[in-house]
Amino acid sequence: MVSGPSSRDMNGRKLPTAVKIVIAGGFGVGKTTMVGTVSETQPLRTEEILTDESIGVDDISGVERKDTTTVAMDFGRITMRDEYVLYLFGTPGQERFWFMWDEVALGALGAVVLADTRRLADCFPSVDYFERRGTPFIVAVNCFEGARRYDLEEIEMALNLGPKVPVMLCDARSLESCKKVLIKMVLHAMKSRGLSPENAAAPQSSGV
Amino acid sequence: MMPPEDPERETRPPETPAELPHDRLLDEQAGPMVRPYVMTSGRLEPTRGKFDLITLVVAIGVNPEGEVGLGPEHLAILRLCQSVMSVAELTGHLNLPVATVRVMLGDLLDKGFITMQEPEPEADMHDIRLYKAVIDGLRAL
Repeated sequence: MVSGPSSRDMNGRKLPTAVKIVIAGGFGVGKTTMVGTVSETQPLRTEEILTDESIGVDDISGVERKDTTTVAMDFGRITMRDEYVLYLFGTPGQERFWFMWDEVALGALGAVVLADTRRLADCFPSVDYFERRGTPFIVAVNCFEGARRYDLEEIEMALNLGPKVPVMLCDARSLESCKKVLIKMVLHAMKSRGLSPENAAAPQSSGV
Repeated sequence: MMPPEDPERETRPPETPAELPHDRLLDEQAGPMVRPYVMTSGRLEPTRGKFDLITLVVAIGVNPEGEVGLGPEHLAILRLCQSVMSVAELTGHLNLPVATVRVMLGDLLDKGFITMQEPEPEADMHDIRLYKAVIDGLRAL
């Protein structure tokens, strides 16, 4: 592995390396719920204050009103055994904050795009974004109570994704369901990067 | 690892902060925007380090007491960094914008109060151990 010089804390222990997974999707689709379900700590929120200049509005000269916007991202943490810490980042809902996505997506292991069958089109911008960027991603359909159930094939057809993008159903409130989604995403990311998932998917056996 | 000391920095009284066009700090239009930039003396970029959201930071044992140029927010960061913490977590706990925290982390790195671990570059994500650790960690939840 090529990595920078490893740093050590006061007791000479090597600092862990952080990895991140991005949870994307339309507004109100359950990104924050999923982050909260799997996070070992209370999910936190990081905020970036933007001025119009930083969101790329063409000309603000003569504008009397001071326009600032706060972009919030929810994130959670899962401490892994060994030398890794996993962070889950929920992307900012509005698409005008693409530049924030770039920062979050950079160096991500992969992404989960959450979808809601009642508003399937809301996930298309996220799908397009990760496709364009080449970030490995899967689509997880959050099954809301009261929403009409569709077969997976119907949803896959409606999403019109490449055959290589896994699609699955999930419940963002359920830890077991979120675990399945995230594990599937990691396996998919391995495959996308030319690694053999079989080696890593085998349940932990003695001495490995 | 202490960075080389800057003698000017040491002798500079704290109440005359340095690189600081005052006109910027006194922008009456700015309203609540002022405060985060006051904390950083108007600086937008850290002097050192990139500080990705998931760069991990930990305090290393140098007593910051009496150190010139450290504000309460610097000290708050050092308190939080007694255990390993990401830049994102620091901003969440401190309720400060990421950019502000980055500048202050750069100061602390300069002065040798913290050490950090940058994340793996995306191009190097071909280590099967990483994936295995993540999958095992998820299974164990």
